[in-house]
Amino acid sequence: MKKKEFSGSPLIEVKHLKKYFNVPAGTNHAVDDVSFTIHKGETLGVVGESGCGKSTLGRTIIRLLEATDGQVLLEGKDITHVQGEALKKVREQVQIIFQDPYSSLNPRLDISRTIKEPLKRSGRFRSRAELMKETAELMDLVGIDERLREAYPHELDGGRRQRVGIARALALRPKFIVCDEPVSALDVSIQAQVLNLLMDLQDEMGMAYMFVTHDLSVVRHISDNICVMYLGQLVEKCSTQELFSNNLHPYTKALLSAIPSTDVHNPMKRIQLKGEIASPINPKPGCRFASRCPHAADACREPQQLVEVSENHFVSCCRVAEIN
Amino acid sequence: MDEKNTFLSVKDMEVIYTSAGDIVHAVNGVSFELKKGESLGLVGETGAGKTTIARAILRILPDPPAILKGGQVILDGQDLTRLSEEEMLKIRGDKIAMIFQDPMTALNPLMTVGDQILEVLMLHNNFSKEEGCKRVVEILEMVGIPRERYVEFPHQFSGGMKQRVVIAMALACNPELLLADEPTTALDVTIQAQVLEMIQELKKKLNTSMILITHDLGVVAQTCDNVAVIYAGQIVEYAEKIELFDHPAHPYTLGLFGSLPSMNDDVERLHPISGMPPDPTDLPPGCSFWPRCPKATAACKEEIPYKEIAPGHFCRCHMAGKQEGSSL
Repeated sequence: MKKKEFSGSPLIEVKHLKKYFNVPAGTNHAVDDVSFTIHKGETLGVVGESGCGKSTLGRTIIRLLEATDGQVLLEGKDITHVQGEALKKVREQVQIIFQDPYSSLNPRLDISRTIKEPLKRSGRFRSRAELMKETAELMDLVGIDERLREAYPHELDGGRRQRVGIARALALRPKFIVCDEPVSALDVSIQAQVLNLLMDLQDEMGMAYMFVTHDLSVVRHISDNICVMYLGQLVEKCSTQELFSNNLHPYTKALLSAIPSTDVHNPMKRIQLKGEIASPINPKPGCRFASRCPHAADACREPQQLVEVSENHFVSCCRVAEIN
Repeated sequence: MDEKNTFLSVKDMEVIYTSAGDIVHAVNGVSFELKKGESLGLVGETGAGKTTIARAILRILPDPPAILKGGQVILDGQDLTRLSEEEMLKIRGDKIAMIFQDPMTALNPLMTVGDQILEVLMLHNNFSKEEGCKRVVEILEMVGIPRERYVEFPHQFSGGMKQRVVIAMALACNPELLLADEPTTALDVTIQAQVLEMIQELKKKLNTSMILITHDLGVVAQTCDNVAVIYAGQIVEYAEKIELFDHPAHPYTLGLFGSLPSMNDDVERLHPISGMPPDPTDLPPGCSFWPRCPKATAACKEEIPYKEIAPGHFCRCHMAGKQEGSSL
């Protein structure tokens, strides 16, 4: 667990961001009124179960999806609706590492061309020699052997492919990278190698990460602050240390209690969740977790606000004082 | 561990795949025993041969390219490797059942879930259709699926519910041995916890023995009695669960623990195992882990004994035991 202090103006500000999808059954509120900030050099972990909208959130922030409402500011400038050349400049500064290293690389480009692609597009390099040098440096930076430069993705294992994905994201030295489950497709020993690499690169280059994952032990290891997401909304937001020592939202508690612990002497004390998962399609106005929450009451049918209960600790639960 | 008789005994199992002229040594002399009601966790990384072991027990490996080259699988005194295909058909789904890893692809999309479970039941029992349907409803309710959903198709179920259907199907005939191949890997943690709890309860009720395949040490810690760590098609370490977690001895096991971000301790940096798993078409001589092992010596390239370093704790490493286990 990292302990760092962040001050000054934030690098990324997300304000009341919404992303809705129209589906045959109605409107899917995939991301519904999410706000947070990320500072330079910070890692913000976003955890939640599949379908809670965490990947959609990451993709909307970096403009792979168009926001339905709300704002994203990069160094104070609104990037939510920029187009053309301005958007191209934004793309140089915000990047993404995808979950699946098997489908996120172009099978018809060799490794050096994959990494070279963003370098070429940027127009920052005048000669072929400069380009080649930069490509070689990037490969070295992420630990890919020089002899693999002409290899194709299918010749590499998952760990190496993910390193190529990381090199491509780093190519233009972005300020902010969305890491969308970058290690969940990898075996544990390889996963540890990639996590170490990501943390070393951050120390060296100072970029900010938004680290999206469903693996709580990974997020605990890499994050400074954590957002817990449930069906498109943030339910709790605080420092990593606070989340694991003093979590307040009933969903966070249930989620943490469900992780199989490697402690063989203390069997798990799991919080039982019952009931059906609510649907993000045309959701009711109240707390979306209420249908499974052991503490649900009438007040939970009202819309919930993310409230700061102590310094830098936000919880969206009207009964937070009663149940803790 | 209580002293009940051995129920399943796998002896010197060897499986190879022939692919494009190369020979892949997937399982290289695996032996273990399982008592009634006991659960064994097979832990290891992708490609270690865990699933191949389970499929070889059930004899559902595609042949060719897979060939069971040697070894015995003795279930209740009967050597499964010597049975005819017809005899095996009677055992599959009845005495031994398997839960497959991916619930999204293990179900037939064109049949209602109820009918899929009924199919297994009718194959192994002399039920009338009504009796069968009644039993299906019972099983569905046992795994927490309301009876109204009998007539629904797999696409109408969520991932967790689909895995329940797969489990219901595996448990339909009260199997004596359950092979669970990463039964919860495709599921979210809260759903995983529910499914694991359910498997545990049902196992207790039916006194089923289980082999649980997983790469998640947490899942093993919460559900198994014994653990076998598999590397390159061999058991490199075997022990009772608490012994293994408290005194891991093989450098590979230690590497696995070092790679895991912990929920309880604060580690600044993970200690991954360096390098990559070996090419199964070209395994190194001696210990297959030595190219990645921080403690490797010249002796590691020789034949490595599989020895008992503490009562019931076996390890395939010539360094283990010499230095009191876990001090690597």
